[in-house]
Amino acid sequence: MDFTLLVPEMFVAALACLLLILNLVAPRGERRGLVIFAVLGILAAIAVVAFNFDMFDGFLGRMYLVDAYASFFKILFLIAALLVCLTTMNYYKPLAGEGGEAYTIMLFATLGMMILVSAGELITLYVGLELMTISFYILTANLAGEDARSSEAGLKYLILGAISSAVMLYGFTLLYGVTGTTMIHEIAQFKEASPAFWLGVIFALSGFGFKIAAVPFHMWAPDIYEGAPTPVTIFLAVASKAAGFGVFVRFFLTAFPQHADHWIPVIAIMAAATMILGNLAAIPQQNIKRMLAYSSIAQAGYLLVGLVAASEAGVKSILFYAMIYVFATVGAFAVTIAFNNVSESDDIADYSGLARRSPLLAVTLLVCMLSMAGIPPLAGFAGKFYLFSAVIEQGFLWLAIIGLVMSMLSVYYYLSVVRVMYLGEVTDYSAIKLKGSMKLVLYVCMVLSIILGAYPGPLAELANIAARFMF
Amino acid sequence: MIHFAVQNSWLIPLMPAIAFAIIVFFLRRTPQASAFFSISCISVSFLLSLGVVAGVLMDPAAVESSVTWFSMPGLTVEMGTLIDPISGMMVFVVSLIALLVQIYSVGYMENDPGYSIYFAYQSLFAMSMLGLVIANNFVQMFVFWELVGLCSYLLIGFWFYKISAREAAKKAFVTNRVGDYGFLLGILFLQIIFGTLNFTDLAQIIPTYANVGLLTVIALLVFTGPIGKSGQFPLHVWLPDAMEGPTPVSALIHAATMVVAGVYLIARAFFLFAAVPTALQVIAYVGGFTALFAATIAITQNDIKRILAYSTLSQLGYMVMALGVGGLTASMFHLMTHAFFKALLFLGAGSVIHALQGKQDIWEMGGLARKMPITTKTFIIGSLALAGIFPLAGFWSKDEILLAAQSNGFTGLYLIGSLVAFLTAFYMFRLVFVAFYGQAKPNNDPHESPAVMTTPLIILGLLSVVGGLVGMPWLSTNFGSYVYFGEAHHGYSLMIMVTSTVIALMGIYLAYLMYYKKTISASAIANRFKAIYTLLYNKYYIDEIYQWGINHIVDGAGRVAYWIDLHVVDGVVNGLAKGTRQSGTILRYLQTGQTQHYGMVLVAAVVVIILLLGLLDPSLGISAWGGGN
Repeated sequence: MDFTLLVPEMFVAALACLLLILNLVAPRGERRGLVIFAVLGILAAIAVVAFNFDMFDGFLGRMYLVDAYASFFKILFLIAALLVCLTTMNYYKPLAGEGGEAYTIMLFATLGMMILVSAGELITLYVGLELMTISFYILTANLAGEDARSSEAGLKYLILGAISSAVMLYGFTLLYGVTGTTMIHEIAQFKEASPAFWLGVIFALSGFGFKIAAVPFHMWAPDIYEGAPTPVTIFLAVASKAAGFGVFVRFFLTAFPQHADHWIPVIAIMAAATMILGNLAAIPQQNIKRMLAYSSIAQAGYLLVGLVAASEAGVKSILFYAMIYVFATVGAFAVTIAFNNVSESDDIADYSGLARRSPLLAVTLLVCMLSMAGIPPLAGFAGKFYLFSAVIEQGFLWLAIIGLVMSMLSVYYYLSVVRVMYLGEVTDYSAIKLKGSMKLVLYVCMVLSIILGAYPGPLAELANIAARFMF
Repeated sequence: MIHFAVQNSWLIPLMPAIAFAIIVFFLRRTPQASAFFSISCISVSFLLSLGVVAGVLMDPAAVESSVTWFSMPGLTVEMGTLIDPISGMMVFVVSLIALLVQIYSVGYMENDPGYSIYFAYQSLFAMSMLGLVIANNFVQMFVFWELVGLCSYLLIGFWFYKISAREAAKKAFVTNRVGDYGFLLGILFLQIIFGTLNFTDLAQIIPTYANVGLLTVIALLVFTGPIGKSGQFPLHVWLPDAMEGPTPVSALIHAATMVVAGVYLIARAFFLFAAVPTALQVIAYVGGFTALFAATIAITQNDIKRILAYSTLSQLGYMVMALGVGGLTASMFHLMTHAFFKALLFLGAGSVIHALQGKQDIWEMGGLARKMPITTKTFIIGSLALAGIFPLAGFWSKDEILLAAQSNGFTGLYLIGSLVAFLTAFYMFRLVFVAFYGQAKPNNDPHESPAVMTTPLIILGLLSVVGGLVGMPWLSTNFGSYVYFGEAHHGYSLMIMVTSTVIALMGIYLAYLMYYKKTISASAIANRFKAIYTLLYNKYYIDEIYQWGINHIVDGAGRVAYWIDLHVVDGVVNGLAKGTRQSGTILRYLQTGQTQHYGMVLVAAVVVIILLLGLLDPSLGISAWGGGN
């Protein structure tokens, strides 16, 4: 047993515990300032993971896999956690436990995700999943005070999450019952598929579908995204979704490659439905968080397209897109936090004239949304290009066409926000002041959304290395 | 230092790029600092380009380096540099002229409200042009090609409050788009057929490619780029109007550097044109025609900058013709010497315009020789160089072109070239005698320009004198030993040298008689050949013909398209949009907010998927639970 393989996970766990203790000793009112420890710790964790990026090893046989694929996702989660911690600091609504606890729980969620993408075995997988999900139940209901929507969202998420977990666990049980193993790579050797086996596959699929908020398992997402404190929404939309994809892709490509002809069409239909519903339902939204929630459902549809390709190019494009999606989403939601801090509103109509009040906020939202819409030369364009070309290579032209049409359609609702920001009547001329940490998040997201589009080479190469471990 | 410059030639365009960014973001309120920073950056580029030239002279072998910009199966696009004698000469010429013009602009643009942004644009232009000349592939070249087009647009329309400047900028941009479109099509063809756009790779593949017909089409498509950018007939109309920009801009962009980008492109991609003789012939005759056509217009124009603009068109035609007859060396050589003396002439014209508070009509000038000695002397040097008088720069390069035409069997083009040489000498000295030696006008109060403006004139004047000596055919190692296609060859013909000089002297003498001595009455000739004079004066009515075409054909087609758009396309699109929005609204009602509904949907979805899989795939045996066998 080579415990050094677990250094990143142990490090994050220790960091979370340290923050929990510090939160108790830190003076009230200062606890959100603990972010500095969180940030430095996460940076160190990123360095540790990146240092061992291109390795392949297993802990306890193949129960726990440490490879470039897992490392890519771990870096993604840690980057997301870093950016979310910085935005939490700039989130002025009251959080339970003075806000300091939020960092601890976020780190536990991150730990869950890291376990999830490394899991090579069903029980480990489930433990990671629940560690992540339970942390999110707490985070979602974390908004203290009279805001009932946060509590409502937390409760809804708990109930629906429990149903989905139950179904998925039932699926795992069936798989174990049929195959007699919980090791994912051993399931692959099971060639004879019985009805019970297929039930197991579908139940597992529904569980992962719930985590990534794919249609028809998406119903929870808009309500919870809207009700949760915005930093939690970001973390949910970005990291939880990416973790769901990380394990979904690994599980299905490792365990059921020989049955691909049967499950790929199901996922193709899910992908199409997710892209269509997410984009169409985003159009009539008046609330920007809700609009972004639907847009995030649509993004899951694009990512599923990469799984439909089920090829090295497809996995590479999922990894690439998941990473650039982090920056676009964090940037867009961070703007809503900054705006909500001064206006107490998430209505798109209130964004009127934002370009005058804060050019930085307006341009960040513009760049991030156009990146999500896939407008060249922004990062989203490169990402969608990889996704769609990978799936066309596998003969799913119709899916790529749906994706392209829906991307075009998404420009409509993104640009209607832009129109309000830039051309809307200016009713309030007061400039919006931003703290340095907020500006940092905005600049990072905006600049990376541009750079990764103009020069996608290095990230695509990393994604390539990681994707190779799936085959 | 030399090794460093050659290996890191990407720094050359980077320096002005930095200047552009810094000025735009930080120095807009401090005009002096903008000018200083911009000039410092271009100076560094110039020093590096000197290093590149030295490196190329020591070892003429091409040095290429590149990074992958992006790649996907079947398409790899790189960003890189290709340093060989041709691009080495170009970076030298471009950075030198850009440096001198920026220094000159310090005086010329003084007190202009847009001083800072002017230098920002100048830097952006220098970056784009330098990036263009060191490009190692067609995509990069096209990107910078478009960027120089953008800069040209911005700088022509720099005084955007003048309607004529706005119109001219628009015209330049739109006309160039026509050529660029063909160029882009040509690039796409190359990528599709050969799978690479790298110059070095293409140069090896193309000669072995058998389908000459297709290659000819590609070559002609690529050639439409230079037709637009280098103002060849019939897309020349934008260049004379481009003179609405500040005069230093005319010198830099519309005389010495950007307009030769087209010529440079042909030279860079000469492996493509050399493989298809038909395309080369088209190029030769387009160039020859443009040279003659523009020269005949120049003899009747009265605006000092327009005369120079038509002269530029004519000389560009010369260079293109030289390429067409196979004289790559001659063309590049003329490109270099022309850059020296044409920049000199434009900056000299700017000095005159500056002194006369914006007057540009040569008939309103006169008597400048005594008041503006430096400008006059350098202007005359430039004119002599352009006319091709021994031993100035233009003499050597023009003779090379004529020699190339004659020795490669294009006798017709040789005669046209000689006629153009006559016309060139005539119109330049018509300008000199009228503007500098004519009757002084009483309401003018000319004065010599400040040293910051005259120093660049003097430097360019010196280069116009000695710049041609590097190409003297008697040298054992001369310009042609480095810049050539295929094999270098040295040759000269005393006959051509003597006749062309005599022809040019005749042109000057005729101008002397008509405009200085006035023994031949210019107006009498104009009256005698009134029809021809009017035709030339109105530039063959090309602009009017285009305007008619736009008004009747383009606008007519536009009206038809508008009707279709309004009644057919909009109907469909609006219908679709309405449908989309409504379906979105319906979907919204599915989201009830009730947890029990959500849970039900979740479970129902699982059931639906099971049924789907069971019905679609009976082989899985799921339907067995439904009571089947």
